[in-house]
Amino acid sequence: MGALAHLLDFAGWDRARVESLLETARMMEEVLERPMKKVPALKGFTVATVFFEPSTRTKISFELAARRMSADVVGFSGAGSSLAKGESFKDTLLTLQAMALDAYVIRAPVAGMAHQAARWLKGAVVNAGDGRRAHPTQALLDAYTLLEELESLEGKKIAIVGDVAHSRVARSNAELLPLLGAEVWAAGPVGLLPERLPGARLTTDLDEALSGADAVMVLRLQRERMDEGALPSLREYVAEYQVTRQRLDRAKPGAPLLHPGPMNRDVELEGALADGPRSRVERQVRAGEAVRMAVLYHLLVGRAA
Amino acid sequence: MRFKAKVLEPAEIERALRRMAHEIIEKNKGAGDLALVGIHTRGIPLAERLAALIERFEGVRPPVGVLDITLYRDDLSEIGVQPKVRETRIPWDVTGRPVVLVDDVLFTGRTARAALDALVDLGRPKRVYLAVLVDRGHRELPIRADFVGKNLPTSKSEVVKVKLRETDGEEGVELWER
Repeated sequence: MGALAHLLDFAGWDRARVESLLETARMMEEVLERPMKKVPALKGFTVATVFFEPSTRTKISFELAARRMSADVVGFSGAGSSLAKGESFKDTLLTLQAMALDAYVIRAPVAGMAHQAARWLKGAVVNAGDGRRAHPTQALLDAYTLLEELESLEGKKIAIVGDVAHSRVARSNAELLPLLGAEVWAAGPVGLLPERLPGARLTTDLDEALSGADAVMVLRLQRERMDEGALPSLREYVAEYQVTRQRLDRAKPGAPLLHPGPMNRDVELEGALADGPRSRVERQVRAGEAVRMAVLYHLLVGRAA
Repeated sequence: MRFKAKVLEPAEIERALRRMAHEIIEKNKGAGDLALVGIHTRGIPLAERLAALIERFEGVRPPVGVLDITLYRDDLSEIGVQPKVRETRIPWDVTGRPVVLVDDVLFTGRTARAALDALVDLGRPKRVYLAVLVDRGHRELPIRADFVGKNLPTSKSEVVKVKLRETDGEEGVELWER
């Protein structure tokens, strides 16, 4: 078991631990810049990606990260599997455990699943997103991208915009970024704001959140929210909360623009901005791979010094 | 740990490195195409010093790279304390050129083995040499150095401490008893 037992959320984390992990990620990114992008570090370890909820990019990112480190990878997807035949989460996990795996990357529609799994399983558990609760590797790759842009997050204002209430990305960033000294603002329509978001200031005033921001993170708007009555109409959301060039002028000049993907172009974000010079969306994808390599290294190799 | 002996004084380190630089040039028949790679931690300043000496003697400064072997260690699945992954930076193509790997101490040979694997993953060098300031014996792998500053017979319970001004603020090689 490595220096970290599990990565479930950022409870109990301090700045030193975050910085050490991001430093390892920077070293891992050098591996990704090589013509031959593979190192033998995790040879002999087996990593399972256990996805009880569909996801393409996160799963691919984790699997690539594990393979770049020479780990063996097995994948499990909820749809079309034994889950569909009525097997419980727990039985599925225990079956996988019988195969003596070293790490389990778990995506689940229900908050707390990864925490449960960590109690059931002997190996290391990585939370790859559980309901609305947490998506820690996404927040780590966001922090990595932001640090590359801003050098330090000390006293920096980071605006998170959109469907904050349903976003595990917002929740994990609000936990993580303040550990690095950032001031996090979260803005959205009242129906899409949670009652509270530890680590962030909440506002329905988009301009207030964007004003003087050092970076802007735009969240995906899920259209199902309309049906749930959380939003009156898509048109109204676009008019009031879409991040446009004009609105982005309130942020610091050149403030980078992040989006966790997948993106609804011209809904939460003006399409031209998504492809523009301030967009760091592609950078985030690359950072994600490096961060996940670092997470696996910290989980599987040795213990804390 | 108990101090036993001073093995090399600063002036002796300097003299050994000068001789090694000459030997490298002689073996390679000049400094053309030659490149040096320092292995973390103390191989890096040693590689820099050798490059400066080769430049002084030949008028050409070979490029220097930095190599961390952590991700290539053969004990990562059983290791106690997690080793910190450090920077690898070789901003030139290793393919086709003679490369000198530089380290402070050659002991079991496991670091050199890992460094060779790491290096050939980065390209295909024309040939690879190994230069060490101290060869203390006790090899566990079929590995030898091409250029040695000082051959130092030791017992396994002894510890060789290399101190360099760039990394330690002082200079010298010492023998300690564990």
